[in-house]
Amino acid sequence: MIDATAPVVGFLAAAVRIGTPLLWAAAGEVLAERSGVINLSVEGSMLAGCLGAAIGAHMAGDPWIGMAVGLMAGAVVALGFAAVAIWARTDQIITGTALTMASVGITGLIYRQLIRGQETGLSLTTLAPYPVPLLSAIPVVGPVLFNQPVPTYLAVAAILVIWAVLFRTTLGLRLRAGGEAAEAARAQGVRVRLIQTGAVVVGGAMAGFGGATLVLAQVGTFAERMTAGRGFIAIAIVVLGRWHPAGVALAALAFGAATALQYVFQAMGLAVPYQLFLMLPYLLALAALTGVAGRVRAPAGLGRTVE
Amino acid sequence: MTALSRLRAPIGAVVLGLGILAAGLTLLGYDAGAALAALGRGAFGSWYAVTSATLVRAVPLIVIGLGIAISFRAGALNIGAEGQFAAGAMAATAAALAVGRWPAIAAVPAVLVAGAVGGAAWVAIPVVLRARYRVQEVISTLLLNFVADALVSFMVQGPLQESKRIYPQSDPIAAAARLPLVPGTRLHLGFFLAIVLVGVVAVIFSRTIWGFRLKAVGEAPLAAVVTGRIDVDRTVAGALLWSGALAGLAGALEVSGVTYALFQNLSPGYGFTAIAVALIARLDPIAILIAGLGFGALEAGAAGMQRDAGVPAVAVSVVQATIIVVALLTIARARLGRGEAAA
Repeated sequence: MIDATAPVVGFLAAAVRIGTPLLWAAAGEVLAERSGVINLSVEGSMLAGCLGAAIGAHMAGDPWIGMAVGLMAGAVVALGFAAVAIWARTDQIITGTALTMASVGITGLIYRQLIRGQETGLSLTTLAPYPVPLLSAIPVVGPVLFNQPVPTYLAVAAILVIWAVLFRTTLGLRLRAGGEAAEAARAQGVRVRLIQTGAVVVGGAMAGFGGATLVLAQVGTFAERMTAGRGFIAIAIVVLGRWHPAGVALAALAFGAATALQYVFQAMGLAVPYQLFLMLPYLLALAALTGVAGRVRAPAGLGRTVE
Repeated sequence: MTALSRLRAPIGAVVLGLGILAAGLTLLGYDAGAALAALGRGAFGSWYAVTSATLVRAVPLIVIGLGIAISFRAGALNIGAEGQFAAGAMAATAAALAVGRWPAIAAVPAVLVAGAVGGAAWVAIPVVLRARYRVQEVISTLLLNFVADALVSFMVQGPLQESKRIYPQSDPIAAAARLPLVPGTRLHLGFFLAIVLVGVVAVIFSRTIWGFRLKAVGEAPLAAVVTGRIDVDRTVAGALLWSGALAGLAGALEVSGVTYALFQNLSPGYGFTAIAVALIARLDPIAILIAGLGFGALEAGAAGMQRDAGVPAVAVSVVQATIIVVALLTIARARLGRGEAAA
């Protein structure tokens, strides 16, 4: 007997899998933007995370080493961004663009050096799905949510932690105060730029982890420019999720679903040019932004340099 | 400020960028000296290298850079020039294939206008999204780069694919739609058009009301609103449309002056490099001409480096990023200096 739910389950499971790297990057960007910093170098952090993960997993033969290296690579890019944009007080948007450019160059250079003289790309040990005992046996929900690679489960934990830190701790209050009214926060003794730096670096590390997830739990290899704007989509996701961790999680899943749609269409045998699917996430991001951009309020100090 | 001290920061930026590149290459086990020598030869090694590599690559950087200066002056951050360039190239190719039987005197202008209109149409999407839905142009222009990329891929495998339907590229455009070349070189008419545009934009910035409005809106939008004399939304929309038109024109110049056909990845990142060009020139048209020539040399040198020293051309984006950062640091320091003087 053919299981009628199989295509639906396959689609939803793919949506969650594809949404996970976006969720990591977007959740990290929530921290940065809530603190008042718009960080376009998340794209660079993700890309660095991809390469870091590939190298780590290749050299050590252990995907978790790769995940750790990816996380650190993402943090390094963010640290560079923070040093220039926050401490030397440059324009955040252009600085982020420049750091992303630099990441494209550096990752491309290192990758080509690595594979020089080799016939194929890097062979990587990847993360297999880890079925959660008992829960993964539930029909539909089990295979969709509880038979995923571990970074997906960790993402849920990260969302909860970020929510708790932002809204239930003094540090979170200070972080948000810095993002709303830096001068007032500073008058209260908040070290705004220090907190922003922390938020940006943690956010970059999360983007790096997201890139690592892309390589080790989804694609299975590294390619130049492989993030293809996922970091920028993550920034749109933050707006769609209204700068709230839970909203961001939902928006990331929606994007995962939009990308996973192509498998459904392929299975249905529809003759749609594949380029349409390449465009879909970006078009969806634009369409979704038109729905929310006028109605949601960004942190008041977002993108503003703290003097 | 003397001319020499004005040049200190840009020259320092270039030297620092090349220094970082050399250090990185050495770390990765390349021969940095040989790489930099190949870079120099690729850019300045011969008359042919100067005219047919450096100057040819400077054209899109200067033309796009002028557009970026217009939008940045108005405080509108158009970082989608890469997509507008591609849109212009697509429109220009379609036009060139349609007007192949026209005399060159009519065909070439038609192709260039089509490119400019294509670029303006592509940025019109962010303009509408900003005016009607308050979507920030930073995000929308950025996202549309990826859409344009996919659209080019669709075009060269679909409606604009060459007649044999084998290769992912368009048919070559007719001779009448191609820009005249300087004899003995690959330098096309677009270079001289770029110089004319530099003059035009310089006059607009310094001597016209529109130029003043751009600056007023960019530097003090609130004040511009309060005076009631300047329609901020309209000024920003106009700046974005013109910046898109110039990027689209650059795409048309590339098709009708260099490649004679539409390909995927037509631009090696001109839209982003031009941001560096505009910023290091502090949005000044004459300085954009000089910076465009410098970055053109860098792009030409990168190709030479890849060819002769086996260093991937993508490495040069590290130099470009360094130059952007140094330019930003100089601007930030100047701003702080002014702030302290005023206080």
